[in-house]
Amino acid sequence: MQASKPCIATLIAVLSPALLFGGTISGKVTYTGTPAKQKVIDMSKEPSCAKQHATPVMTEGVVTGPNNALANVVVYISAGGDDPNPPAQAVTFTQKGCQYGPHVLAMHTGQELDVVNADQTSHNIHPLAKVNREWNKSQPPGTPPLKDKWDQPEVIEVKCNIHPWMHGWFVVLKTNHYSVSGENGSFTLPNLPPGKYTITAWHEPDGKQTQDVTITGNETKTVDFSFALKPY
Amino acid sequence: MGGKIFAVIVIVIALLSAVPIINHTFMGANVAPPEDISTHGASIDKQLDETMLEAGLSFLAAQLVLGFFVWQFGGRKDGAIKNFPGGAKYLVIAAVLLVGLEAIALGAIGTKAWATVYFQAPGADAMPIQVQAGQFAFYFRYPGPDGKFGQLHPEKIDEGNANYFGLDPENDVAARDDVTSGELVVPVNKEIHLLMHAKDVGHSFYVRELRIQQDFVPGLDLALHFTATKVGKYEIVCTQLCGLGHYNMKAYLSVMTQDDFDKWLKTQDQ
Amino acid sequence: MSEAAVHAHQAPTSFIRKHVFSLDHKVIGIQYYGLALVAVVTGMVLSWIMRIHLVWPNSPIPGVQWLSKIGAPGGVVTPEYYLSLMTMHGTLMVFFVLTNAPFAAFGNYFLPIQIGAEDMAFPRFNMMSFWTTFVAFCILVSAFFVGDGPPLSGWTAYAPLSAVGADSGPGEGVGQTLWGLSIFVFCIASLLGSLNFIATTLDLRTKGMTLARMPICTWAWFITSCISLLAFAVLMPACLLLVLDRVAGTSFFIPSGLNVSDHLQPHQGGSPLLWQHLFWFFGHPEVYIAILPAMGIVSHILIVNMRKPLLSHKVVVYCMMAIGFLSYMVWGHHMFLSGMNPFSAMVFSFPTLMITIPATIMTLIWLGSLYGSKLRINAASLFCLGFISMFVSGGVSGFFLAQPSIDIYLHATYFVVGHFHMVMGVAAIFGVFAGTYFWFPKMTGRMMNETLGRLHFWFTFIGTYCIFMPFHYLGLAGNVRRYSAFTDDFLVPLVPVHKFITYAALFTGAVQMIFIFNLIYSRFKGAKAEANPWECTSLEWSTPSSPPPFDNFGGQHPVVYHDPYQYGVKGSKGDYVMQTSPEKVAQAT
Repeated sequence: MQASKPCIATLIAVLSPALLFGGTISGKVTYTGTPAKQKVIDMSKEPSCAKQHATPVMTEGVVTGPNNALANVVVYISAGGDDPNPPAQAVTFTQKGCQYGPHVLAMHTGQELDVVNADQTSHNIHPLAKVNREWNKSQPPGTPPLKDKWDQPEVIEVKCNIHPWMHGWFVVLKTNHYSVSGENGSFTLPNLPPGKYTITAWHEPDGKQTQDVTITGNETKTVDFSFALKPY
Repeated sequence: MGGKIFAVIVIVIALLSAVPIINHTFMGANVAPPEDISTHGASIDKQLDETMLEAGLSFLAAQLVLGFFVWQFGGRKDGAIKNFPGGAKYLVIAAVLLVGLEAIALGAIGTKAWATVYFQAPGADAMPIQVQAGQFAFYFRYPGPDGKFGQLHPEKIDEGNANYFGLDPENDVAARDDVTSGELVVPVNKEIHLLMHAKDVGHSFYVRELRIQQDFVPGLDLALHFTATKVGKYEIVCTQLCGLGHYNMKAYLSVMTQDDFDKWLKTQDQ
Repeated sequence: MSEAAVHAHQAPTSFIRKHVFSLDHKVIGIQYYGLALVAVVTGMVLSWIMRIHLVWPNSPIPGVQWLSKIGAPGGVVTPEYYLSLMTMHGTLMVFFVLTNAPFAAFGNYFLPIQIGAEDMAFPRFNMMSFWTTFVAFCILVSAFFVGDGPPLSGWTAYAPLSAVGADSGPGEGVGQTLWGLSIFVFCIASLLGSLNFIATTLDLRTKGMTLARMPICTWAWFITSCISLLAFAVLMPACLLLVLDRVAGTSFFIPSGLNVSDHLQPHQGGSPLLWQHLFWFFGHPEVYIAILPAMGIVSHILIVNMRKPLLSHKVVVYCMMAIGFLSYMVWGHHMFLSGMNPFSAMVFSFPTLMITIPATIMTLIWLGSLYGSKLRINAASLFCLGFISMFVSGGVSGFFLAQPSIDIYLHATYFVVGHFHMVMGVAAIFGVFAGTYFWFPKMTGRMMNETLGRLHFWFTFIGTYCIFMPFHYLGLAGNVRRYSAFTDDFLVPLVPVHKFITYAALFTGAVQMIFIFNLIYSRFKGAKAEANPWECTSLEWSTPSSPPPFDNFGGQHPVVYHDPYQYGVKGSKGDYVMQTSPEKVAQAT
């Protein structure tokens, strides 16, 4: 009977355009309280990166936008939207100017991850995985992208040991329905077939919040998240 | 024939080897210690020069004698076997006296240079700065206006948020005004008391121009003190193998005038 | 002791007994030599990869990706893999080449013969000793093939980097544990070997062979085995403790409060300095274990070629003993800046400077003995002369490092690397080369090709000076060692020096192929050798055949009448008198 699940999923995926692209959950992530003050990153030990930044580079522990918007929040369907198949398209994690881009990268289990070194210096990529296998690989400049993938869903902190200020996140999910909020705090999860869903918002210092949403047809449901931030 | 060739080659090699020592250049690169900008370095440099002179002369003498003897006696077919006048006795005496006295002299003189770095305590008004070495960067901490360093909590280290030392400003008042920097900035002509802390494995602190070097040992509270005498930017490099990033583990030492230093300290984030 | 104890073992008959699991010290000596040859070629190839990478760090080196796909993706060596190659280079060279070749290989082959014995005191221990070394070698090489690759902490494996496990980064996985186990096993082999050498020398000397009548190289092997017994006895438990820290959660070398790459370490109470003390208490005597046999071999071969004795053999032997004794008092000179009590630097510096005295005496005696000699120039004697030159060069740079105040500037720079490569990597190896050219006729019954031997010498002598003398200049400029690339502001201008060194290293490495070709070719096609082609007096040249029969003297027990230094005298065969000849000699001991 397991073979039928992918069949059903394919059927739904094929039919959903006919259903006018399905429902959408969208909204904004905002914050209350005082966010921790971000600090200037001192890149002086790596002049080839330091000179790429005209203005001081700040840490990205909490990135906010106008009207208390909160960026870098991963909003995803944590129940009701699991998909066993990763997309064929790889996701890319780029090291440039001794910073990770994007700071938070969401992907599906089994999806190919390409790590690119666009700098003149070597980096090492060290995902501090606890559920998946932890690894640590060096990437000299000008070498081809490192390719890997994750088997289990997990929120994984990534660091570079050579440039200790470089920290980022891999959010590995079982679903393909996810959205990372930008500086305006908004997120959108389109193409949702009718059903009961739990959506989760994850923010790096604060962990997760969940809400339940039901989609009946092609409507757009608005769901907002708010995180209470502390200065420390 | 072989003997004569050997003699020529060894003498040529010996003389050629001495050239870069004298003119400080090899393959177009400058191969001498850089200018000394420390208050204690002069005695180290003097020690180095004296040793170079004595060692250099011994080196040249030995290679030249080797070459000369092989030229004279290599491949010799005729004539009687002769012995070096005096046999081994005078050579033993010469070795014991010359080397022994030289070694004792250099050892004794060197003690003073060593003592100024390691036996003399820093002065009472030396400026304390903490340096933490961790794979693969140096971070520096100034105690701030309260003059006190906050406590270190290894479990609170959060490099992504620039908390390199694991400070707890929420609960630890002394930590709130600590200034963390990726560069060691010091005022010129001011004695610095550098407190050394290792976060993970062994590292070492080396500034060529300051003529100092000291290992960081995890678990030990070590310290260095120095006074920089010239404004400028110098490199601090790690000299204890610490992992893959060892080659890239460095920080800059910025020696500034007192005014510039005060201005810099005021502009730092806390 | 003048009675030879008889240790007869049956002549081997099967192929396995003759050539594989042999009790014959001569076969075992050749096995050690063969293992050292494999190790030195491996170590040398690693050094080529290192040198090429240093000068062109981001360029692919064709072929290296087959050695390790992770370590050298697309042929570009990663920073950690460079350090792994460096670690394996050092470990292979120090343990499997410099302890094996001059000491285990030549010592095993010639010590029993030179004292007139049929074999070593414990032939079975001897066989075990070699095969244990072989097992250690296999364990070490297996580190190349494990997931995380070979260890990267250097042959010195300082803790906590080597002790906390994989948290300290790539290159510190299973490979480091394998390293610890390999060296542990190597220590067992060395201890067995040393016991054998000591017992053999003390108990199995033939009639007339007093201690004073032993050739200098026999003395060198004997003294080396005494040093080795104590040194390896300390390294063995140290490696065990290191492995326990890695796998059993102990904390011998790891203090509390370490945050290694966001992993808090559970260990507490250990001391990284303890590892350094244990390691260098072994490590310093180890370098004398590497050089003393070469000093003995060079002395022996020089005497034969000079056709006169050294100015004083007693003094040379006493100097070797003094070096051996002092070698146990100087280990802290590797730790001047380690954070131990600075007063101890003075304590260690003094004996380190004092070691210069016996070393200088020996050098002056070698030089002084050349005076008035009739030095025969051949490949073997050329390498002896090269040894003297290199020993002086390398020894002189040690004089700088012995002084703590100068060490502040020169520690961990290429000055140190130049120093130890000259004394160990060149001088000791020249002793091995000299011994090979000299003893090849006795071991195989054929001569090595003299022209190729001289070519090998000239190119190697000049080549190694071109490689290692510039290391000292780099050190004076403050060029830090163990860096996989030179990206710092003050290092970039020094890259042209490194380029020169790399070209010299590749050239000199290629030249060694002449030696290997000569070795193999001469083994099968070399000119047949006479019984005593060098006209040497010591017992190995009085055996009935070359190679000697399995019991060395063909059922006879040689009798010794005087010392091995009867050169330049009127003898029945020429200007020398064999030790086994009862002819009267004017001045003999």
